[in-house]
Amino acid sequence: MRLTLKVWRQKNGNAKGSLETHQVEADEHMSFLEMMDVLNQQLVEDKKEPVAFEHDCREGICGSCNMVINGRPHGPMQGTTTCQLHMRHFKDGDTIVVEPWRAKAFPVIKDLVVDRSAFDRIIQSGGYVSVNTGQAPDGNSIPVEKDLSLMAMDAATCIGCGACVAACPNGSAMLFTSAKVSHLGLLPQGQVEHKKRTQSMVAQMDKEGFGMCSNVGACEVECPKEISIENIARMNRSYIGSVLSTDK
Amino acid sequence: MNWFSKFITSSIGKKLLMSLTGLFLILFLIVHLAGNLSLLSSDGGKAFNVYTDFMSNNPVIQTIAKGNYFFILLHAILGIALAVRNKQAKGGKYAVSPKNNTSWASNNMALLGTLIFAFLFMHMGHFWFQFKFGSGLPMTTIDGVEMIDAYAKVSAIMSEPIWVIAYLIGLAVLAFHLWHGFASAFQTLGLNHKKYTPIIHAVGKVFSIAVPAGFAVLPLYLYFN
Repeated sequence: MRLTLKVWRQKNGNAKGSLETHQVEADEHMSFLEMMDVLNQQLVEDKKEPVAFEHDCREGICGSCNMVINGRPHGPMQGTTTCQLHMRHFKDGDTIVVEPWRAKAFPVIKDLVVDRSAFDRIIQSGGYVSVNTGQAPDGNSIPVEKDLSLMAMDAATCIGCGACVAACPNGSAMLFTSAKVSHLGLLPQGQVEHKKRTQSMVAQMDKEGFGMCSNVGACEVECPKEISIENIARMNRSYIGSVLSTDK
Repeated sequence: MNWFSKFITSSIGKKLLMSLTGLFLILFLIVHLAGNLSLLSSDGGKAFNVYTDFMSNNPVIQTIAKGNYFFILLHAILGIALAVRNKQAKGGKYAVSPKNNTSWASNNMALLGTLIFAFLFMHMGHFWFQFKFGSGLPMTTIDGVEMIDAYAKVSAIMSEPIWVIAYLIGLAVLAFHLWHGFASAFQTLGLNHKKYTPIIHAVGKVFSIAVPAGFAVLPLYLYFN
C-alpha cells in the first residue's frame, strides 16, 4: 500500500517545527512503527535525518510509542497503542498526519519525541507505597476484597504514555494522576499513605503546569488502556476529603 | 487559613468553586422559572406583578439576590480565567483537529458561558436596570398596593420580534451549557457512582432541555397573545 505521510519535524525544543511530506510503500501486516521504520530506512538511504520517535517494548505495555495519528493519540483504534496499530486499518493512498503530543508540560525534544518527565515527578511525589525491607510477607496475609482489587488493577493498567494529556483540550493530567492515586489508594497496602499521597500528587501535577479537568472525557476515549474517568471523580473526592479531614 | 487558600487555588479547588457556583445557579434557574411561569396566568399580569413586587421588596430575597449576583460573577470570571489557563496548558494545536465522540458542548463551555454572560447584560438591561434605575415606569395598583407594572414592561419587550429571537437564542445557548454543565458539576465534586451517575446524566439532559424550553415558552406566549 502506498501512503502519503505528513510527519512533524522539529530540530529541538526551541526550533519551530513543521509538517514534512513523504511517500511510503508499506505492507498491511506491518505495525505503525514498522511503517515508520520503513520511512526512516528510506531517509537514511537518502542521506537524510531519520524521524525521531520513541519506542521500546513494541507490545503495548511500555507507553513510549506516542504519536498523534490523524488527530488521535495512538491512532484510530480503540484501546490500542501505536505499536499495536496495524496498517490494515488504513487504506492504500491514504494521507496520514503524524504529530507529537501537544501539551505545555510535555515540551517537544525532537520531532515526535516529547519530554514526559513531568509524569515521573508526579510519581516521585507520592506514587508509591512505603514498605519496610525484610522477609517477603505471606502472599495472602492482608485480605483484599475481590471487587476492589479488580478496580485497583484496572487503574494499574495505566502505562503512563500521556495519551490522556495529548487528547485533553486543556492538557490536563487528571486521568493519569487519578489512575495512580486509585491504583494505590484502593488497596489496603496503599491506604496508609492515601490522603498524603493524593495531596502531594495533585500539588505536583499543578506545579508541572498541566491544565484543569473540565470533564470533556476525551482522555478516557483515547486511553490505550481504557482507564475510566471514574478515577478522576475518585481523586476529586479523595482530594477534597483529605484536605478537609487532615491536620495539614 | 493557609490551608484554605492552598486548597481553593489548587486545580481541584478551583474546579470545586466552578461546580458549587454552577449548582447554585442551577437552583436559581428553577426558582426563576417557577416565578416567571406566573406570566402565563391569564389575569392581565396580576400574579406576575405581585410576584415581582414580592421579589424586589422582600429582604431575604434581596439578600439571596446579592449572593446570586456574586456567584454569577465568580462563576463567569473564574470560568474565563480557567479557560485561559487551560488554553496555555495545551500549548499548541494539532494540524488535524481531534475527532472523538465527546460532546460539542463540553469542548465549548467557555464560549457558551461568555455568550450567556453577554445575554445576561441584555436581560438585566431590559428588566433589573429599568426597575432599579429607570424612570417613567408603568405603575399599577393591586389590592390597594401601588407597584411597578412589570407585566406591562415584559409584554412591551416581548412584542418586538428582535427581542423574542434574542431571548430564544440566549436560551438555546443556556441549554447547551447545561447539557454538559449539569452532570459535570457532580463529577467535579467526586460524585460518580455506578448506580447514580446514569441517573444524574439523565436528569441533566432532561433539565438542560426542559428548563430553557420552559423559559422559551414565555416570550413566545407573550408575543403571540
